[in-house]
Amino acid sequence: MSRRRFQILFARSRGNHEEIPRFGRAVGVTSALFLLALVLSFAFSRLNYGWNWEAVYQYRRMFVSGWLITLAISAASLAASLVIGLAAALSHRSPFLPLRYLGKIYVEFIRGTPLLVQILVFFYVVADAFGIGNRYLVGTLTLAFFAGAYISEIIRAGIESVGESQLDSARAIGLTPYQTYRYVVFPQVMRRILPPLAGQFASLIKDSSLLSIIAVSEFTLNAQEVNAFTYSTMESYLPLALGYLALTLPISMLSKYLETRYRYAS
Amino acid sequence: MRLRLDGVVKRFDGVTALDGITLSLSGARSIALIGPSGGGKSTLLRVLAGLELPDMGGVEIDGVPLPTDGESLIRYRRGIGTVFQSYNLFPHLTALENVTLPLVQAHGYAKEAANRYAMELLDRFQLSSHAGKRPYELSGGQQQRVAIVRAVAIKPRFLLFDEPTSALDPEMTAEVLDLIAELRAQERELIIVTHEMGFAKRVADHGIFLGSGRIVEEGPAAALFETPQSPELKAFLGKVLKY
Repeated sequence: MSRRRFQILFARSRGNHEEIPRFGRAVGVTSALFLLALVLSFAFSRLNYGWNWEAVYQYRRMFVSGWLITLAISAASLAASLVIGLAAALSHRSPFLPLRYLGKIYVEFIRGTPLLVQILVFFYVVADAFGIGNRYLVGTLTLAFFAGAYISEIIRAGIESVGESQLDSARAIGLTPYQTYRYVVFPQVMRRILPPLAGQFASLIKDSSLLSIIAVSEFTLNAQEVNAFTYSTMESYLPLALGYLALTLPISMLSKYLETRYRYAS
Repeated sequence: MRLRLDGVVKRFDGVTALDGITLSLSGARSIALIGPSGGGKSTLLRVLAGLELPDMGGVEIDGVPLPTDGESLIRYRRGIGTVFQSYNLFPHLTALENVTLPLVQAHGYAKEAANRYAMELLDRFQLSSHAGKRPYELSGGQQQRVAIVRAVAIKPRFLLFDEPTSALDPEMTAEVLDLIAELRAQERELIIVTHEMGFAKRVADHGIFLGSGRIVEEGPAAALFETPQSPELKAFLGKVLKY
């Protein structure tokens, strides 16, 4: 009897394998949410704050348009970052050394410097020099190059995780190098990198908020503006958090699902 | 098959794996390569499989020199069935897909025909119930048997086995060796690198004993195992047959 009660609150694990009964999961989630609600409601109840949702509600259109812009910018830079990341990952394996080192330097520079600085330099220096005035395009490209560096490392690790013995097998059955990548390497790389890739995409969406500094009127900038118009800080920023969660939670759930779906020994 | 090797040398980062292999053989249908680890057996097999190019020396199989350029090497490999020690199968493909991949991609089969033919073969080797399983769902012995079916499916000129049972427990070793013996009984030509001396003696009609990258002794398998001449082979057989 006490064993059953124990099972409600604790997961039983053996190695990496865990057993959580459905009932225990429900109890766990409910009590965690309850605890959070308790802390938050206490915090907000102590807050001496004059809520003014009406003022913010008048600007609801700005939230919607900002959210859609963020969605569009994220989707576009997500697609571009995949292409850039793949190219950079393959450049790491290029026999042509200048290309290989270009890829390495790109990854190190992007990963080692703040996105804020990259956005400013790209917009005010690089884009300006090349005569690209569209801040939406520059913003999308900057984000794509930023995420591309991380994605290239994810893809590179994925390619390297396909063992030497499999490449040997592929050669032994007479596949060409192209066929080896197409039928042996990439299908496995795809499955292995989907979870980290989904995580990277979630960060990309949140990072797009930094584009507000070059006046791209995405979700964050619009919320800042609403705040400036209404002086209702909480009412402007709480919807902002929920709006980002609406984008990142599905991705995070998808990532969890893919992780279990493609977990097989290799 | 007719095999001619002339002063074959292969080095890896300064380590000499094959140190001048010279050999002329005709009429042998199954050849066993035996010898201590690091003696060069696997490297020699990989040269014959077209997976490693010799640094020096020439190799001729049935009177045709081994190709050296990429394109012809790929064509050459397509004519040979090679089975490694382990991890032969691609983990993201089912047993059936593992067998059909080379048929479709390297041998021009239509997908339908490849599926039908591969199922037929899996059936013949009592593996059809595993056709839809991925390698991780199969035992090591079953994986090796599927790998052998994949190698046989392409109707190879000959089969190469690189220690096919070294990663298996005794029971699975037996099921894989039974299958190889069955292929041997079908008069298929094969070369096998193995530590299973009893098995080598049984299936091979020619034996080659390699040590330190050289052929120390070779000859008809029966004579090689019964009356070894060189002190190295005597010592080797004494050691491996002790238990």
